[in-house]
Amino acid sequence: MSLAGHPVDLAPLTARGQASFARRARWSLPEIAFWLIAVATVFLLPSKHLILTEITILGLFALSLDLILGYAGIVSLGHAAFFGFGAYVAGLLAKYGIVKEPVLALVVSGLAATVLGFVTSFLVLRGSDLTRLMVTLGVALVLREIANQLDITGGADGLQGIVMEPVLGHFAFDIFGKTAYVYSLITLFILFVLARRIVNSPFGLSLRSVHDNPLRASAIGIHVNGRLVAIYTVAAGYAGIAGALLTQSTQFASLSVLDFERSADVLLMLIIGGTGYLYGGLIGAILFKLVQDYLASVTPQYWQFWLGLALVMMIMFGRFYGAIIAAVIFGVCTVLQLNFLHSILVTIALVLVLGIARPRILPFTANITERANSLQRSIRARLGRKAGAANASGA
Amino acid sequence: MLTILFDGIAYGMLLFVVACGLAVTLGLMNFVNLAHGAFAMAGGYITVILVNRLGLPFLASLPLAFVFTAAIGILLERTLYVHVYGRPPLEQVLFTIGLVFMSVAGVDYVMGSQQQFVSIPSYLQGQISLFGVGIGRYRLLIIAICGLLTIALQFSLAKTRFGSRLRAAVDDARVARGLGINVNAVFAVTFAVGTGLAGLGGALGAEILGLDPIFPLKFLIYFLIVVTVGGTSSITGPFIASLVLGLGDVAGKYYVPQFGAFIIYIIMIVVLIWRPQGLFSRAVAK
Repeated sequence: MSLAGHPVDLAPLTARGQASFARRARWSLPEIAFWLIAVATVFLLPSKHLILTEITILGLFALSLDLILGYAGIVSLGHAAFFGFGAYVAGLLAKYGIVKEPVLALVVSGLAATVLGFVTSFLVLRGSDLTRLMVTLGVALVLREIANQLDITGGADGLQGIVMEPVLGHFAFDIFGKTAYVYSLITLFILFVLARRIVNSPFGLSLRSVHDNPLRASAIGIHVNGRLVAIYTVAAGYAGIAGALLTQSTQFASLSVLDFERSADVLLMLIIGGTGYLYGGLIGAILFKLVQDYLASVTPQYWQFWLGLALVMMIMFGRFYGAIIAAVIFGVCTVLQLNFLHSILVTIALVLVLGIARPRILPFTANITERANSLQRSIRARLGRKAGAANASGA
Repeated sequence: MLTILFDGIAYGMLLFVVACGLAVTLGLMNFVNLAHGAFAMAGGYITVILVNRLGLPFLASLPLAFVFTAAIGILLERTLYVHVYGRPPLEQVLFTIGLVFMSVAGVDYVMGSQQQFVSIPSYLQGQISLFGVGIGRYRLLIIAICGLLTIALQFSLAKTRFGSRLRAAVDDARVARGLGINVNAVFAVTFAVGTGLAGLGGALGAEILGLDPIFPLKFLIYFLIVVTVGGTSSITGPFIASLVLGLGDVAGKYYVPQFGAFIIYIIMIVVLIWRPQGLFSRAVAK
């Protein structure tokens, strides 16, 4: 390459680029710890394998939503479409003995969902966020209606009579859910590493630029729609595999895999955990499932009330303080041992008061956040100085 | 055949009365209010309480359902919704889903999860024969009320001072403020009327749509279809869309029960792909 006839040496630039990608791809200590803990739960919490399996599956599902929402900025209110599609494909494959081996069936289900994702990805390219929300919601509802009407999917009764072969021909699914958990966890880890590579690649960076400013991204030569189609397709495959895992581990698929609530829940998990750093979906799934499990044991049937309260508060006061406020309200109701009717009334009253007082509360919370941030900055600066000194002596 | 046509029109009219409030909040105020169905549910349950438990006459409870729901609407608008205006659609969606979850669980606990029925007075039951076509009296009442409401709405939006203020506030809130229009008050009143109409629709529709705690989720998609297909810039768009939807749904369920439900979803997707702003919207300058 040359500029006005003079040869330009690009080697230093390329090297810098590669170094930057290498730095992004490096595994940090907390990340390694996260996965080590995950592995440890296999041995340390044998009685909790059923819920852990569920968390793993939901984590994978939320991870797939993070790929499109956190990295590409595509809002979706119908991500359950791919989850449910994968779930039903896996169920049908096993029930009719088309693909008996679970891992292979998982791959086939994922590919099926990928194809569906590719086809429907063209629907989300156009229009505003609102249009996208409606279209994705519509796609999920159409699929749910199809699953409801077809004879082969069992309609409202769900897909019954699924019998799973042992994984890889050796590891049979046991009633304690150990095989299912290890199987799901390995699948999650493999797909997570893949997703990590994707988002840290030049492709992933270009996605971020599309997310931040599509117009500018296209101005520097990024084919915006191509990127969106690609990531939407990949995410659909991920969601499909998550759905297939659910079917394989529970040996059942019902209409609930395509419910609106499922799309809403996964969105909620991702919002709880935070978007755009891959772990958000996993952390969100853990928190969501644990809280849901707890609430369902305290107020069975009505736990969604508290979920709704948390959502409302989190939007009004930010993720962190909203969750705290919701937890405090729930705690007050529990400590006072109010029955559910009184809890509702107290909560509604508190919510209205908080709504009126919000302009006064916000500066207060902002103040706390600012102090916490400055503390964090000063700690980081100290650590950074040490690291900087070490580097300097090394060089 | 004509009976189906008639039922479809009544159904569509109901959908319109419930959804037109959503058309206003979504289209005019750019607020994604997925909790709109919850207000319709509130209206339905208020009627159930008034008629079945307190023994008020059905016709007298209808305006009360409107008033109570509008009061709930304005209370929530002033305290909660006002903080979420102008936020990204995703946050508004999450916020209103939260409200839906709360209302569903709360109503489930207070009123029970079974379907509720309003006892309709005997003079509204049964059919009358008109030009040889059997027509349900109750459906005739629905069409009459909803038709009058539609005309009143169209008139108040197009001809009154309030209507022109609202349109000005929507077209350009800043300029409207500059002209001395109290935009917040206009929006609050509009929101209240919208939710009140949803409550009235819920009260009227308890018999036809079926009233249970998951009402807001069950009919959410219908309201959204009406608004997205009809466009949000006028009253006539959603009106035509809800009539088409009502007719399509009733006829579809009657003639092809297998495919009745997803024909309307597919219509919605196609319309949104073809014209993202809705079928009947003005050209949008964006």
